[in-house]
Amino acid sequence: MSNTKFILGVYEDEDILLSAITNIRTAGVKIHEVYSPFPVHGIDDVLGYKRSKLSIVAFLFGVLGTSLALTMQIGMMGVDWPMIIGGKDFIPYPSFVPVIFELTVLLAAYGMCFTFFIVSDLKPWAKPRIFDLRITDDKHVMAIDLDQNKIDVAKIDQILKDNGASEVNKKTFDEA
Amino acid sequence: MSSESVIREPLITGGKTVHDVTEDISRRVEEKPTKLWMLAMTISLGLLAIGAYTVFLLLWEGIGMWGLNKTVGWAWDITNFVWWVGIGHAGTLISAILLLFRQRWRMSINRAAEAMTIFAVICALQFPILHTGRPWLAIYWMFPLPNTFGSLWVNFNSPLLWDVFAISTYFLVSLIFWYIGLIPDFATIRDRAKNKISKSIYGALSFGWDGAAKTWSRYETVALVLAGLATPLVLSVHTIVSMDFATSVIPGWHTTIFPPYFVAGAIFSGFAMVLTLMIVTRKVYKLEDYITIQHLEMMNIVIIITGSIVGVAYLTELFIAWYSGVEAEQYAFLNRATGPYWWAYAAMMTCNVVSPQLFWFKKIRTNIAATFVLSIVVNIGMWFERFVIIVTSLHRDFLPSSWAMFYPTFVDVGVYVFTFGLFFTCFFLFAKFFPVINMAEVKSIIKTTGEKAK
Repeated sequence: MSNTKFILGVYEDEDILLSAITNIRTAGVKIHEVYSPFPVHGIDDVLGYKRSKLSIVAFLFGVLGTSLALTMQIGMMGVDWPMIIGGKDFIPYPSFVPVIFELTVLLAAYGMCFTFFIVSDLKPWAKPRIFDLRITDDKHVMAIDLDQNKIDVAKIDQILKDNGASEVNKKTFDEA
Repeated sequence: MSSESVIREPLITGGKTVHDVTEDISRRVEEKPTKLWMLAMTISLGLLAIGAYTVFLLLWEGIGMWGLNKTVGWAWDITNFVWWVGIGHAGTLISAILLLFRQRWRMSINRAAEAMTIFAVICALQFPILHTGRPWLAIYWMFPLPNTFGSLWVNFNSPLLWDVFAISTYFLVSLIFWYIGLIPDFATIRDRAKNKISKSIYGALSFGWDGAAKTWSRYETVALVLAGLATPLVLSVHTIVSMDFATSVIPGWHTTIFPPYFVAGAIFSGFAMVLTLMIVTRKVYKLEDYITIQHLEMMNIVIIITGSIVGVAYLTELFIAWYSGVEAEQYAFLNRATGPYWWAYAAMMTCNVVSPQLFWFKKIRTNIAATFVLSIVVNIGMWFERFVIIVTSLHRDFLPSSWAMFYPTFVDVGVYVFTFGLFFTCFFLFAKFFPVINMAEVKSIIKTTGEKAK
């Protein structure tokens, strides 16, 4: 059993939040994560997050879809059971285009979405840490993990308030 | 910091705050079903039950229960199929193409439009599945699955098979696109839930969403890439549906104009259906501040554009039939306009070409009653378009001795009624248990385009 203690800064406005993040990070405080009710533009830059690589994942799954569709159609029509249909070739590439396109899109979309679910730990049985019930309503919450910061709690408190936090709360999670 | 020109009309009126958005939309999920909803649901289930009886008859007795004959081998079944698939084009168009074009007015309507898309595609799928007569065997008739005949595979030269892949891919991709958008909103409802049952149901549906900035960043990448993938997909689906006709050698079907013409027609009918549903939803749920007159006007403008493209396509078809010098082609179009089905052709021309032109008048396109009536007129017209293309091209075939007319039976009508029951049952369930407006997306634009920001 270990307890994880967090200090939470609650913000009302996304623009105040953005400048607060920059100031707090320059003050040397490590931010665990920021939670928002909607996507805030430019928040990944100020938090120093790199661009997601999910688009590359989509491309790779798309390539897999293309090759799967080609292999399937050539294998079935050209190798396993060749048939003359309307005098066409056994492997009529133009006829394969629609199925290649559809399977490319299907695998790219599903491959990317399921990768997203896995890396973000999204699943129906997930038990999320809910820092504040108002995060999914109208409040932005900045969570600071006390174990990761050597700065005094009262000082962090003051930094959050100085940077426009409307409330400062504490939350402890008991984790096995 | 982002801002928007003051000249632009606010997209969200009524001085709504972020919290108001949560309240206004979640309240509909949390309240007890109203009497009106119960009534609507009863009617839908009634239609579904009547329709289900005819579906049972169709499967028990066989496809002979339809009014098809030796000459007209495709009629109501495929007309309804193409009609529903066409309607199913608006949702993903709104959420994908308008996302790429950064059209923020889509945010208030995308959720319901995508839901409509999914239900319309489910309705469309009933027809190819039922027309096999033995749907329990259709799975390996339609998909390339190993079977005990050798294996004997499906024919990849056939546009009907391309259609199977196109429609199922479209359905699956639209479904996941819609669901990913729903996850943050389900989390909102989970965090507001008072009782344990709804907390655990919406908790499971929200996949443990916590609103972390990292997840939002990934979420936005996923939405953008999905939009990029779905955009060509939307255009491909009706293109491939049109190839069911265009790759054949039947006069009236064998035309290269079909793909763009069908895609424009699909967007046209899809937007009309979105308007029909949204006008009712906004009234019943009092969402006038979220779906404003401006939203309706934007959709009406899309209707003018696509309606005009469809009109030009009709005229091009007539011109090319004459200009080609092919007698069979010329006869097919002459017969369409002046033959025994002239009334269907006239209905199609009036509803699809003439009526949307009324939207050039600002008074009409900003009038809710007129928009509602015209949106229904458009969908009647689009049904007739498919009927005209399919039945009039077939009913006078190559041998005058086999010329025939098509008369629908009550089973034809009943299966159509079945899909209406299915569609509205799904839509009313959605409207009650799911947030009808994408709360997270609307919240993100409140500060720049809400009334208070102006």
